[in-house]
Amino acid sequence: MMRISVRFFAGLREQLEQAELELSLPADATVAQVWEQAAKGAVSGPVLAARNMEYVDFSARLHDGDEVAFFPPVTGGGR
Amino acid sequence: MLAQPLAPWECLRRHEQARAGEPGQFGATAVFVGTMRDFNQGDAVSGLFLEHYPGMTERCLEAIEQRAGERWELTDSLIVHRVGQLHPGDPIVLVAVWSTHRRAAFEASRWMMEELKSNAPLWKKEQLAQGSRWVEKNTPGY
Repeated sequence: MMRISVRFFAGLREQLEQAELELSLPADATVAQVWEQAAKGAVSGPVLAARNMEYVDFSARLHDGDEVAFFPPVTGGGR
Repeated sequence: MLAQPLAPWECLRRHEQARAGEPGQFGATAVFVGTMRDFNQGDAVSGLFLEHYPGMTERCLEAIEQRAGERWELTDSLIVHRVGQLHPGDPIVLVAVWSTHRRAAFEASRWMMEELKSNAPLWKKEQLAQGSRWVEKNTPGY
């Protein structure tokens, strides 16, 4: 098993009513598996993922101690 | 990332004074300043909260500057982005590029701004008379 820290930002954090959690997952689990466990199908709309602060696909595999973040499309900058 | 008011022209003056290198090295400076509006999608907006992902946002902005430096011949570049609570008229973002000729300065600053908007983990929450809402997408830049 491996320990994964999960973080949520912006509207997604509010929808899920939590900013972070820790999950135990089998070795070689993917970002998609983390998302299934963390969101439990309660979220609609586009979601982006990062592993250790780099964008990744949901098919990316994880390692023990990785930080995975989920968030909505970004909206920074001026107009 | 700047959690206090951004004074873009003061920021530029300090950056130019502190920069290493001889004066006369660059012939072009392009500057973009994004400022908070008091309207969006037909509604009056009284305030804006900018959330970021500490660590990843900084890393992303550094990568944008680095990639711009690989793509164009630049003397220097600077990105400063606000986070936290903003009010209408407050500067949100400063992107500045110094280069030998204007083409690289114009093109790189535009590209950096568009990259920032589409990739940097930053989220805007608008405060309206009837409550608040997350901005769901950016206006197109091109």
